[in-house]
Amino acid sequence: MADLAAHAVASPRPGRSFRAGLLWVVPPLLVLLVLFFYPLSLIVREALAPEGEGASLLHIETVLRSREFVSGLYHTVVIAGSATAGCLVLGFVLSLVIAFIPFPGAPIAGRLIDMIIALPTFLMTLAFTFIYGSAGLLNGLLVDAFHLEQPPVDFLYSQWGVILAEITVFTPFVMRPLLAAFSTIEPAQLEVASSLGARPFRVIRQIILPASLPALLAGGSLCLLLTVNEFGIVLFIGAKDVITLPMLVYAKAIQEFDYTSACVIAVVNVVLSLGLYGLYRAIISHFGGGNAGRV
Amino acid sequence: MLAGSRAWRLAVWAVVLPLFAVLYGLPIAVIVLASLARTWNGALPGEFTLLHYAEAFRSDSLDALVTSLMTGAIASTAALACGTWAALALRRRVRLPARLLEAVFFVPSAVPSVSVGLGLLVAFSQPPFLLNGTRAIVLIAHFVLVFAFTFGNVTAGLARVPAECEQIAESLGARPFYRLRRVTLPLLTPYLIAAFSLSFALSMGELGATIMVYPPGWVTMPVRIFALSDRGAIFDAATLTTILGVATLIVLTVLSRVSSRAMLR
Repeated sequence: MADLAAHAVASPRPGRSFRAGLLWVVPPLLVLLVLFFYPLSLIVREALAPEGEGASLLHIETVLRSREFVSGLYHTVVIAGSATAGCLVLGFVLSLVIAFIPFPGAPIAGRLIDMIIALPTFLMTLAFTFIYGSAGLLNGLLVDAFHLEQPPVDFLYSQWGVILAEITVFTPFVMRPLLAAFSTIEPAQLEVASSLGARPFRVIRQIILPASLPALLAGGSLCLLLTVNEFGIVLFIGAKDVITLPMLVYAKAIQEFDYTSACVIAVVNVVLSLGLYGLYRAIISHFGGGNAGRV
Repeated sequence: MLAGSRAWRLAVWAVVLPLFAVLYGLPIAVIVLASLARTWNGALPGEFTLLHYAEAFRSDSLDALVTSLMTGAIASTAALACGTWAALALRRRVRLPARLLEAVFFVPSAVPSVSVGLGLLVAFSQPPFLLNGTRAIVLIAHFVLVFAFTFGNVTAGLARVPAECEQIAESLGARPFYRLRRVTLPLLTPYLIAAFSLSFALSMGELGATIMVYPPGWVTMPVRIFALSDRGAIFDAATLTTILGVATLIVLTVLSRVSSRAMLR
């Protein structure tokens, strides 16, 4: 997501030909209008006025009051909130260690983080099946070690499985801006603080935390957006009682052919995502791309 | 610094390094091991085999790999062309209309992929555009999903291209198109390659929109992996995931080599 911090750069004296009309933007804009905004508008139309029926809010009300939707919204919010909190804590701790207490394998760790960002999210869920699944590595070890009858670890096919997978996958998105923010802290400042007797926790609380607050906010809001929109992880876990909004849209449209309900839920999902995206952009532009760190 | 005493530093490492290995090293290792395992009942695979790979390169799975590579290449190339055009058109414009347009170009990156897929399904199943059930709808979905990232990357790259070179070219009388072709685009090349790499990686792993719109003859790797995992063939799923990951990383590595060579020039 290198995108998001792109700011127009004011050149002191743009050449005259640079001003050659904003008309140049029309072709790509048209492409996007036809391929993205037109389909999006049809979702909204289908939600408000289903095909073959008149405009009515009755259908929307039925969907929004249904137990599936309420539970889907609840799971989406709980999973996104918990996963984002987890990403922030884990990302902060890992970044602190990588930046300030570098260990011998730190460059390898950095490459691993970049690799995780490039790989599809469902990889983690699949790996979790082998590690924490009922016939997986961890249960195999525990059953052998303690001669158990039943596999003792059983959290994967619940919302905890989804939350743990999302924390693992999205923590790198918090670490990138954090590492960028940490690199702007003067090492001398930290040395002075500790030579004056400040313990590590005080240094973290009073120097590092304030300096990295913009990066934490930017990374956190990006995480919220990504976790609200995440589909692959939830689909691969496949637990019947862990249904999020994107999952519900998929189930309604592809499994039940109920496009109208799918559109209503999609509209809610899109509005939620655009709100979170607005928050993210606002944080980036409030603190300036440099401070919040590009993602 | 934070690592005051040696004991404290060792203690931190003793906690964080295993945590890091379990969270990030183990999953990747496990996927690769599973792709090589004949059986896996205890802590480690029982026997190793290359059978899953032989299977993967024989069946529909090979088609899926080719489909994914082609989809990624076509969608990313289109997104690069369109995104670069948009970024150039909005370059150095700071007034409100241009800022709003910039925001408009970023919007697709905020919309959940499943909803993008649903929109395409609804829009292109009715006149004037009947594309449902064609390969084109998958390509369009991938194009829409990677466009904003390409646009963002190229915009960020343009901001870092030094203005002097272009001003010199202008003062020497180079026409705008010539200047674009001979000065701006060459300077921009590393950023264009980075933008392409990012969107290619995104496209290779895309699942949400693809699973909504794909026709029977155009199954991408993630969709195929999900089908395998859903029917319980998790070892085959792990094999395809390994192949997908390796293919993605190979393309990214080659592109980053090309990019650093372009940087040197």
